[in-house]
Amino acid sequence: MKYKQWEGFTAGKWSDDEVNVRDFIQHNYKPYEGDGAFLEGATEATKKLWQEVLDLSAKEREAGGVLKADTKVVSTLTSHPAGYIDKQLEKIVGLQTDEPFKRSLQPFGGIKMSEQALNMYGYELDPQIKYIFTHYRKTHNDGVYDAYTPEMRRARTAHILTGLPDTYGRGRIVGDYRRVALYGVDYLIEHKKRDKELMDGDMTPDKVRDREELSEQIKALTALKEMAALYGMDISQPAKNAQEAIQWLYFGYLAAVKDQNGAAMSIGRNSTFLDIYIERDLANGTLTEREAQELIDHFVMKLRIVKFMRIKDYNELFSGDPTWVTESIGGMGVDGRTLVTKSSFRILHTLSNLGPAPEPNLTVLWSRNLPAGFKKFCAETSIATSAIQYESDDLMRPEMGDDYCIACCVSCMRVGKDMQFFGARANLAKCLLYAINGGKDEVTLDKKTGKHLQVSPMYSPVLGDGPLDFEEVKCKYEQMMDWLAGLYVNTLNLIHYMHDKYSYEALEMALHDTQVRRFFATGIAGLSCAVDSLSAIKYAKVYPVRNEEGLVVDFRTEGEFPQYGNNDDRVDQIAVWLVKTFMNKIKSHYTYRGSVPTTSILTITSNVVYGKKTGNTPDGRRAGTPLAPGANPMHGRDKNGALASLESVAKLPYEYSRDGISNTFSVTPASLGKDD
Amino acid sequence: MVGYIHSFESFGTVDGPGIRFVVFMQGCPMRCLYCHNPDTWQRGGKEYTPEEVAANVRKYKSYFTGGGGVTVSGGEPLMQADFVRELFTILKNSGIHTALDTSGITFNPEDKHKFDGLLEVTDLVLLDIKHIDGAEHKKLTGHDNKNVLAFAEYLSGIGKPVWIRHVLVPGITDNDEYLTELAKFIGGLKTVHKVEVLPYHNMGEVKYKNLGVDYPLKGVQPPDAERVKNAKRILGVIK
Repeated sequence: MKYKQWEGFTAGKWSDDEVNVRDFIQHNYKPYEGDGAFLEGATEATKKLWQEVLDLSAKEREAGGVLKADTKVVSTLTSHPAGYIDKQLEKIVGLQTDEPFKRSLQPFGGIKMSEQALNMYGYELDPQIKYIFTHYRKTHNDGVYDAYTPEMRRARTAHILTGLPDTYGRGRIVGDYRRVALYGVDYLIEHKKRDKELMDGDMTPDKVRDREELSEQIKALTALKEMAALYGMDISQPAKNAQEAIQWLYFGYLAAVKDQNGAAMSIGRNSTFLDIYIERDLANGTLTEREAQELIDHFVMKLRIVKFMRIKDYNELFSGDPTWVTESIGGMGVDGRTLVTKSSFRILHTLSNLGPAPEPNLTVLWSRNLPAGFKKFCAETSIATSAIQYESDDLMRPEMGDDYCIACCVSCMRVGKDMQFFGARANLAKCLLYAINGGKDEVTLDKKTGKHLQVSPMYSPVLGDGPLDFEEVKCKYEQMMDWLAGLYVNTLNLIHYMHDKYSYEALEMALHDTQVRRFFATGIAGLSCAVDSLSAIKYAKVYPVRNEEGLVVDFRTEGEFPQYGNNDDRVDQIAVWLVKTFMNKIKSHYTYRGSVPTTSILTITSNVVYGKKTGNTPDGRRAGTPLAPGANPMHGRDKNGALASLESVAKLPYEYSRDGISNTFSVTPASLGKDD
Repeated sequence: MVGYIHSFESFGTVDGPGIRFVVFMQGCPMRCLYCHNPDTWQRGGKEYTPEEVAANVRKYKSYFTGGGGVTVSGGEPLMQADFVRELFTILKNSGIHTALDTSGITFNPEDKHKFDGLLEVTDLVLLDIKHIDGAEHKKLTGHDNKNVLAFAEYLSGIGKPVWIRHVLVPGITDNDEYLTELAKFIGGLKTVHKVEVLPYHNMGEVKYKNLGVDYPLKGVQPPDAERVKNAKRILGVIK
């Protein structure tokens, strides 16, 4: 073995001059099929430390949402000296700034956004910083607006494209933070240097960029070592025990959140990896179960206090202040062994030891083949805390293998091998209205003329006052989707070019393979509204109601029509058609850096805001009222109970929506059955 | 043949074993004061053939593996016994467990074999005994309870598995004396597999409002946990 820190591990490809964490896990992990009886409660140190965090949280709420914000120091890996909650008690250390709950200044996505966010909470951006970032250092946001076409701006203003990452960090990239622990930073630098040497030949723009990015990655890794040194630790070598493994890994993640204020900063799939270190220490007699749990508790505590300085609208959009520190847990291996270990239990047990919390977003990769003991433990923890997210491992594993993780809420990527260009949403309900109105927005007015804004080129609208003809509307809808898909993809191409240029995630990408697979992650909003609207046009009689400008601004519907959410193929197949059709249109376009196009149906809370910008729809939904979240049926229209509703959603083809499908679903315990 | 149906519930978890597809029939002769489905009282509803309903049920067959199946409730399903018999016959041929959720009120001791055809294709009867005392039963439902008790004894006699259900309403059925009497009656039956105490709730109140009907139990609160426990103890549900 190359390192003495690896003693006790089974060698494999991972230790033979490769960076291969999955291989390490496969050779060394111990599947656990038992129950949660071995678990330990919170230690005194944990309780005390957590109380300090709770006190700070209370103060933060009293202060109106932000306790402290940096206005002067631009956040980098090494911008701040070491910070602690309570140095004596913390087993795992490291904060985003020099103080807990002090939010950092991260202007590379856009200086305007940073300034606005500070102002909203009563802070003033340092004038010097503002000067630098307006005169000397261009941001991602500036780059995007320099290149936007008038049509892109119109689509943005009218909110047919929503949530574009053009003023803030795109996020959704998950570094393989385990590499820091397993290999130490020097080994990783060594491999990146070798990759760079091989990157030779004709200096095409792509190659020049690749070489520059690799240099950035190497610098970021060097900075990562310096950051750890601020905490008195040398992470150039592999971690030698569980505490170091957790600490090294956390340093990797901490560096990412110091570097990037991404919309979602997920952490990967770590508990089973860490279990190998814990098991080795337990076997050596250098760690007790109580200490192991304490390490995990302290680690999770750190993930709970990750914070970004964001504008208040952002919180409104997401109904809170989410960071999406998603940790993926469990699942099955491709060889049939479960990937559940004792540490899968330990990390879920933090919900009991520290109490429930939305972050980190603990996500169980569910399979029908998971061990019964783990399933039961998950169910019990869910009942007690309502804080676990579940996703189908059986659905994702065939495509993604057994070392993928979830970014944000449903988006899967192989850890360290895939990244993604996150891409907001296209509002398909609004697009249907555009099809009817020839691309004029039903809400937004043209500032110059005072008339409704022509967003797309002038397509021919639906004429007359007779009931809408399904075939005609469908045909126009397809044409409008052609336009929308093209504009959408190109808008994202431009955005991601600029993000790479001005706010490249050097540290996160340093913890990926150099030859990385890129996803081009688009998204759909307003699915069920569009589907029910089409169903109304097809099965009932829908008469357009026009305003004085001749624009269709409302609909009068006669008769009944099947509604999505009732397991009725007449309408559910319209939903399937819509997802496939839109995805195929997305696929037909050039996507930036050879990325693989995917789409998602997952607006979890932003459906409310998107609905505000969408006019009356043929399904009877009133202007300004919410769309349904994700792939949900429209509120109150699923009239045949939960299974009918879920079955409708389950018909949506995952192959056409690889970036994930979400269905927000609440049940009261009593509706799941009786106790006796 | 068609049945008149109020609605379907694809994820029934409180009307029989396992996950159940519940068919709510339209129409009921009873007017129980605590009824939470007053919208099923009147005749009417949507027409379905037994085959149409069965086709709908089959979509959920994979959910029935934990002992689930179909429950026909209401309304009063025995008012459309022929339809239910045909539906259950089709379902039994598809290997699906069938349960009948009834008050038994339309059972006639003079014509006991009237429902035999239906009972042959019924795996389980959920029999709702509203009140053990005849006079109280009449006050509560508008009908005497003779037929109900006779139906229970008939089911016991032919060996048909039964769950007895009893709604616990403060001031009406939540009375130790009545409960003890009910327990005694149940003790005399041979095929009772389970007794369920259903605590009264007022979630149906809004439906009365929508129908423009005064809510008869206005102000009556659900029984507290201790009283529910007490009833369960008396009825032998818990020790």
